Amino acid sequence: MSNDPIQQPDSGGHFGPYGGRYVPEILMAPLEEIERAYADARQDPAFQAELADLLAHFAGRPTPLYECRRLSENLGGARIFLKREDLLHTGAHKINNCLGQVLLARRMGKTRIIAETGAGQHGVATATVCALFGLECVVYMGEEDMRRQRLNVFRMRLLGARVESVTSGSRTLKDAVSEAMRDWATNIEDTHYLLGSALGAHPYPMMVRDFHRCTGDEARRQITEQAGRLPDMIVACVGGGSNAIGIFTAFIPDTQVSLIGVEAGGRGLTTGDHAARIAGGSPGVLQGAYSYLLQDNDGQVSLTHSVSAGLDYALIGPEHAWLHDQGRARYTNCTDSDALSAARTLARTEGIIPALESSHAVAEAIRLAPEAASKIILVNLSGRGDKDTDIYRENFPELDTPDAQ
Amino acid sequence: MPSSNRIADAFAAAKAQSRPALVAYLTAGDPSPARSASLALALNRGGADVLELGVPFSDPVADGPVIQQASDRALKAGTNVRRVLEIAAEIRRQSALPIVLFSYLNPLMRYGFDALARDARDAGIDGCLLTDLSVEEAAGPVSKLRAAGLDTVFLAAPTSTDRRLKLVSELSSGFVYVVSRTGVTGERSDVAASVEPLVNKIKSMTDKPLAVGFGVSKREHVAAIGGYADGVIIGSAIMRIIEQHGHAPDLESRLEQFMRTLSGKEDSPR
Repeated sequence: MSNDPIQQPDSGGHFGPYGGRYVPEILMAPLEEIERAYADARQDPAFQAELADLLAHFAGRPTPLYECRRLSENLGGARIFLKREDLLHTGAHKINNCLGQVLLARRMGKTRIIAETGAGQHGVATATVCALFGLECVVYMGEEDMRRQRLNVFRMRLLGARVESVTSGSRTLKDAVSEAMRDWATNIEDTHYLLGSALGAHPYPMMVRDFHRCTGDEARRQITEQAGRLPDMIVACVGGGSNAIGIFTAFIPDTQVSLIGVEAGGRGLTTGDHAARIAGGSPGVLQGAYSYLLQDNDGQVSLTHSVSAGLDYALIGPEHAWLHDQGRARYTNCTDSDALSAARTLARTEGIIPALESSHAVAEAIRLAPEAASKIILVNLSGRGDKDTDIYRENFPELDTPDAQ
Repeated sequence: MPSSNRIADAFAAAKAQSRPALVAYLTAGDPSPARSASLALALNRGGADVLELGVPFSDPVADGPVIQQASDRALKAGTNVRRVLEIAAEIRRQSALPIVLFSYLNPLMRYGFDALARDARDAGIDGCLLTDLSVEEAAGPVSKLRAAGLDTVFLAAPTSTDRRLKLVSELSSGFVYVVSRTGVTGERSDVAASVEPLVNKIKSMTDKPLAVGFGVSKREHVAAIGGYADGVIIGSAIMRIIEQHGHAPDLESRLEQFMRTLSGKEDSPR
């Protein structure tokens, strides 16, 4: 087993002890099929060219790297840069992975795509690529998340997808993943499971990382051009961890660059209502992968909480667990209220309304900047906040009255 | 070497009677941990040759709605691995019924496989089946379970490649669990016809007993599968009876009667 983080994972999908393949036997053959198809596609110039073309002309890559001059000045410390993944088509980084996987699904001859979604961003991105290629699309979404993210539910339907409400368990992301796995086990022949984060059984964590690494590759070039050097810190929110691993990967060999993942601190770690797996969890297996998991003493998976549906998941992506153990990345967390407040700050100083997920990363940058004079902090702004307007309205009622200022 | 040969003996005894062994699945703790041993014994009286004792889990990805809800009820009733082991010990005090602990990986991983292997053996458990433990990841748990004399049962699926079927057969002891169709657990009106060729293929790779599960709920299914396999596994059909009659005082006799119907014991007592 290699200790070199950039050579991870091994052939069994292990990042150190984490990752692997923990699924019922029925799903092992389709995972092997994806692994073969992906290994083949990865080296196929035609596949890479088609993907690059779609990323450029359909999704809108490269995304800008933007320096937040007013925010940085107000905080009086570090220079803060945003990698503007929020400007991608569909409003978040999720489209990178969806384009990659839908091309792979076509290559495998699959005609039906299923996906899980939390905040709805991955569901919308999946529905979008299915519309683009004329594929049947079913998105599983927890009933609670459908309530929290009504706008995205409608967007998916407008794009022609069927949204299946999941009423089991906590009615959030993990239950949607379980339902998608059950559908997949039933319809393996014609169906590809378009998993939306760096989670699940091998090869998903590796493949999803690879499809998102363009974020970090671009950002590394851009910061070198715009600031003349590498950043000191990179900050990204971590649910499953796809946007974070997407921006981290290019910088992993640059050991002078601190990598900081921000998990959902929810109502605070002491309340138990959070999704901070590194701070509050322990290694375990959920939905295909071994990683840090929020679980009780009996090995039952804990209910998680975050104001942001996209971070509300009990397991952190396995590569993050390994980066944590290796000391290559540091994981912190941010409460609901700090994330909400960071969203308002960014909106008012830079004219950018971030997604609630990305607001967690912004909040961490705001926390770090004053003590980091002459440093450069690069934040992955993974999504835009349009989908969260209802939640912002609920939380900023003072802005929602007829005479509000 | 298993410390007991109860599982092997049960399959051999059924074979000697020219019938498939009946493997009954029971989610431990549904409707309550206190009642589980009594329900298991009722299944045994009705004709169950082997018991799969299910550890409830919060995220049962391989299960359909019936067993999902049974798991939920069992968890709400306070069931955990320690309590399941107590239930097994209670059954063992009253019966020689072979017991296979049937679980998702995480609760047992949390308990710790060293402790589990020892405590399961001490409770009189004969084997262990871990739904989401792929053969690739199985080496650690299997060596610990085997060292304690426990059998390890793995799943063979219709999607499994020949290479995988070989690995599954090699790592399994006691019996091999042959999944009859793609999908999740749950009753069906018919058992997939494609399972017979799958069973025959695995037979060419191993002489371990092969038991077929997923979708079995009727006497006809048992009879048909008995024509080519060594055992038949019934799960959701049992848990549905518990779902519907969980609080009825005659639940035990309902389960016993259901097993009699499946086994054909009612018309030809053995």
